[in-house]
Amino acid sequence: MIVADRKPLEEILDSIKDYKKIMLMGCGGCVTICFSGGVKAVELLASQIKIARKKQGKPIEIIECTPERQCEFEFIDAFKKDLESAEAVLSIACGVGVQTMSERHEDTITIPGQNTKFMGYPVEHALWEERCAGCGNCVLEWTGGICPIARCAKKLLNGPCGGSSNGVCEVDKDTDCVWQLIYDRLKKLNKLENLMVVRQPKDWRTSTDAGQRRVKFEEAML
Amino acid sequence: MSEFEPKIVAYCCDFCAFAAADLAGAMRLQYPPNVRIIRLPCTGKVDAIHLMKAFEQGADGVFVAGCLEGQCHYLEGNLRARKRVAYAKRLLAEVQIEPERIDMFNLSSAMGGRFAEIVKEMTQRIKEMGPANTDRRQQPVES
Ligand code: SF4
Ligand code: SF4
Repeated sequence: MIVADRKPLEEILDSIKDYKKIMLMGCGGCVTICFSGGVKAVELLASQIKIARKKQGKPIEIIECTPERQCEFEFIDAFKKDLESAEAVLSIACGVGVQTMSERHEDTITIPGQNTKFMGYPVEHALWEERCAGCGNCVLEWTGGICPIARCAKKLLNGPCGGSSNGVCEVDKDTDCVWQLIYDRLKKLNKLENLMVVRQPKDWRTSTDAGQRRVKFEEAML
Repeated sequence: MSEFEPKIVAYCCDFCAFAAADLAGAMRLQYPPNVRIIRLPCTGKVDAIHLMKAFEQGADGVFVAGCLEGQCHYLEGNLRARKRVAYAKRLLAEVQIEPERIDMFNLSSAMGGRFAEIVKEMTQRIKEMGPANTDRRQQPVES
């Protein structure tokens, strides 16, 4: 899932300071799961904004809505009518949702209320960690299912580096050295020989280095 | 100018705080009339949004009163409420409202006196802090 973290309230208030009526749009997808952008988050943020604006003597009207997913036209189109009276949209979906709204409604500005962080999963209740960086050429097959791209600060393919100490990464004492994890896992799987292969430099063009990426599923195209 | 009379909303659990408020009445205990009680089946029903809505609609203070810890009829409702009160404190601080305007108390149904005390304590605290200024009607009109 995509994990996002709400922007500081001050920044949000500043970005909507010129408007008297906005639409606050959440998303029923990933950001609902990480508590930052679902129905409840919309209600709470709307309440905070209304209180803050009343205190400033500049009350604001807020249309609250949360489509199933903000990243598909079909779902956001359901709120087209409500949008007509709003001066701007404040979106607390991930950056994809914000851009889907922006592209669908060219005459209305959609302002991001979240900082989109990463793709990951909850390692425990209410704690998410990054697991995939979308590199476009997955290596999990020979790393024992542990991603060195997303989890190694240096994105090493032939790790660990000299900063690995007692299983901890030199960059952050609270982060495991992912290459230690990979070693331990491969040992368990009896596949340590995977580490005898010297990996060639990665071709980053499958990642973000070659600009906009695109995925097509021919048979399903209309 | 007349003295500031705060509006305080109290979310009370039916089993303890609400019964204690009832007992305080039966005991003819005096306490300030500033509190509006909202009766809940358990404080576990309280969500951060309920606490925020009270302020949004002009409350100057809010408190949640549940059973003594370990004595919730639904086991953990009051512990959850405590967390939500803490969350609401953080949300209020973000909008420059003193987090002390909201609090959580624990008492049993036999503690009518304690209920009266809590109301006095909260009313006094909020009086000293002054209005929360979240009610549009109290706002100066922008020129
Ligand atoms: S808009 Fe973003 S958060 Fe919502 S479902 Fe789509 S990808 Fe997930
Ligand atoms: S190797 Fe690439 S695709 Fe595979 S998990 Fe890591 S970042 Fe994602």
